Amino acid sequence: MKVSNTIFAASFAAALAVISACGGATSTAKTEPAAGGISPQQMADALHAVMESDRTVYTRNVVNRLQNTEKVIKASEHWQDDKALPLPAQMFRMGAEMVAEKTDAFSYSLLSLWPVNKQNAPKTDVEKAGLEAIVKEARPYYSEEVLGGKRYFTAVYPDIAVAEACIACHNAHKDSPRSDFELGETMGGVVIRIPFGS
Amino acid sequence: MKKLRLWIYWGVLSFLMTAFFTYRLRTEDSTVFLPGETTSGHYQIEMSCESCHTPFGGVREQACLDCHAEELKAADDSHPKKKFTDPRNADRVTHLDARKCVACHVEHRPAMTNAMGVTLPEDYCFHCHAEVGGDRPSHRGMAFNTCASAGCHNFHDNRALYEDFLVAHEGEPAIRDLPAVVSRMPAAPLGPPLTTLQLDAPAGVAVTSSVRDEWASTAHARAGVNCTGCHDVNTEGGGKQWAGHPTHEVCVSCHESQVAGFLAGKHGIRLAAGLPAMSPALARLPMRPEAHSRALGCGSCHVPHQFDTRHAAVDACLECHADTHSKSYKASSHFALWQAETEGRAALGSGVSCATCHLPRETTETGGARSVRVQHNQNWNLRPNEKMIRDVCLSCHGLAFSIDALADQALIEANFRGRPSRHIESIDMAARRVSKN
Repeated sequence: MKVSNTIFAASFAAALAVISACGGATSTAKTEPAAGGISPQQMADALHAVMESDRTVYTRNVVNRLQNTEKVIKASEHWQDDKALPLPAQMFRMGAEMVAEKTDAFSYSLLSLWPVNKQNAPKTDVEKAGLEAIVKEARPYYSEEVLGGKRYFTAVYPDIAVAEACIACHNAHKDSPRSDFELGETMGGVVIRIPFGS
Repeated sequence: MKKLRLWIYWGVLSFLMTAFFTYRLRTEDSTVFLPGETTSGHYQIEMSCESCHTPFGGVREQACLDCHAEELKAADDSHPKKKFTDPRNADRVTHLDARKCVACHVEHRPAMTNAMGVTLPEDYCFHCHAEVGGDRPSHRGMAFNTCASAGCHNFHDNRALYEDFLVAHEGEPAIRDLPAVVSRMPAAPLGPPLTTLQLDAPAGVAVTSSVRDEWASTAHARAGVNCTGCHDVNTEGGGKQWAGHPTHEVCVSCHESQVAGFLAGKHGIRLAAGLPAMSPALARLPMRPEAHSRALGCGSCHVPHQFDTRHAAVDACLECHADTHSKSYKASSHFALWQAETEGRAALGSGVSCATCHLPRETTETGGARSVRVQHNQNWNLRPNEKMIRDVCLSCHGLAFSIDALADQALIEANFRGRPSRHIESIDMAARRVSKN
C-alpha cells in the first residue's frame, strides 16, 4: 500500500493546508517526508478528518443556527440570486472544485444513494459498493479502482445527518428520492481518491 | 543535362516559394496561412495568429481563457473544466473531453461549425445526459439536438434558464408595470466645473467656437476635464505632448472599465490584438457603404467635444450598421419609447435604444457602494441571446415573453415589432413539475 512516499507526504501537507487554510491562502511549504512515509489510507483519513470537521461546523454553527434555530437568514441552492447562505453540500462541493483547480494529487466528492442532484449518484463499482457498505455499517470503506487508465486508492466515508437542517431540507426537496431521513443517519458518503504514482 | 535543368527548376521554385511564404508571414497580410474560414467570433483578429497559436504549435488553452474566462465566471459556467477533471468522470471525458475549449470549439472549420462556434455533432448532450427522460418525464422523446437549440438550455450560461428561476418568474406579464432600466451614474469628477474662460489649450492650438461651446456643454466641462486633460498625452521620455486626436489610451485614464469593455468586444478587439482598428469595411455584417473607411475608436460613437451619449446609443450605431435588425429599429416600439424619453415625454430609463440592450447598464454593489457602468463589450450578452434576459429583457418584460421573443428569429429581424410567434414551454414544464410535488 506504500506508494511514492515523498510525493504523498508533500502533497498531504499541501492538501491539508489548502483545505484548512482560512481565506483561501495556499501553502507552498515544503515538508520532509515523515519517517516511514504516509500511506494513501492515512492521507485519506487525515483529509477526511478535516473535511468532516469543517463540514459539521458549517452545517451546525452557520446554517442550522442561522436558518433553523435563530431564523436570521436562509440557506439556498441559488444563494447568489437569493442572497442566502450556500447549502452545506454546495459549500463542500465548491471547496472540492477549488481543490481540483489547484492539484490533482487527490480529489473528493459527496455522493449518495439518494442524491438530490442525480449527477451525485454512485457511478463506479467502488462508489456503489462503498456507499452501500457505509450505509450498512457506519465506518470507512477502502478500495482501489482504475479510472481513465489510472489506478486510484479510493476511500468512502459515511456522511451523517448532524443537524436538523440536513434532514429538513433533504426530506422536503422536490428532487430528493427520500423523505424519511432521521438525525444521525448516514445520508451519503464522502469519496476521496488518491492516484497511485504519477 | 536534363536532370541538371530539373534540379535548377526545383531550386528556383523552392526559393521562390520560401521567399513568398516568408514575405507573407512577415507582412500584415498572412491570410495565405489561414487553414480555413475563421468563425464570426474571431475573424477580426485572424491576422494576429499569435493571439491564439504558439509558433508551430497548437492553440494555447490560456489564450481562450485570457478573453473568455471572465465571462464564463460571470455566467456561473454550468460545465467548468473542474467538473471534467474529476476522475469519476473519466469515462465521460473519453466521449467528450470538455477539459479543453478546443474539444468543442475548433477554429477554421466552417463545414463543421454550428451555432456558437460549436464543432461537435449537435447531440453532444447525449453523452452525459442520456438518462434525462427517467428523471424528467416531460423530456422523454425529445431529440438530443434540441437541448440547446430550443431556447431551453445552454452549455455554459443557464442563469436565466435554471428550473427554480423559471418557476420564480412564472406568470409574469409580457410587459411590466413600470418598465425602465437603471439610471446612469457619472464618473467621479476630476475637479470643480470649468467655464470657457478657463480653457487651457496651449498657444498655437486653435480652438474653434463650436469646439469650445460643445465642450462647455458636456460632462467633461462639468467634471473639471480641461483641454489638456485629454490632449496632453504621455511621451516615451516621461513628458507630455499635445495630441490632436487622442485615442482610447487617453480615455482609459478615467473610463477604465468602459475602455476594457470596448477592447474586449468586436469594436475594439483588433486594437487589443495589436492590429489596425476595426473598420466597417472588414465587417461580415452588412454595413453602410459610406461608413466603410471609418476606423473604430472611442470617438467613433462618442463624438469628440460633444460626447453625447444619446447619439452614441442610437445614431452612432446606425451610421454603420445596415443589417435587417438595425434597419428595422426605427419602426419598432423600442424606438418609439426612446423617442418619447429623449423628447421629454416619458421617464428617464423608459426608452430603449440600441445600447439599452447591446451595451447595457450594469449595477454592481461592493461594500454597500452601488455603481452603474455601461458594459462596452457588446458581445458580453449577445450569444447565446438568452444571456440578455437577466440584465436586459427582464428590466421591462416577463420571463416567458422574453424567452419566446428571443427564440423567434423573424421577430428579432423585425426588431421586436410584433409578438412572439411561438411559445417555449420551459416555464410550463418547470411549474408542472413543482406543482406535482
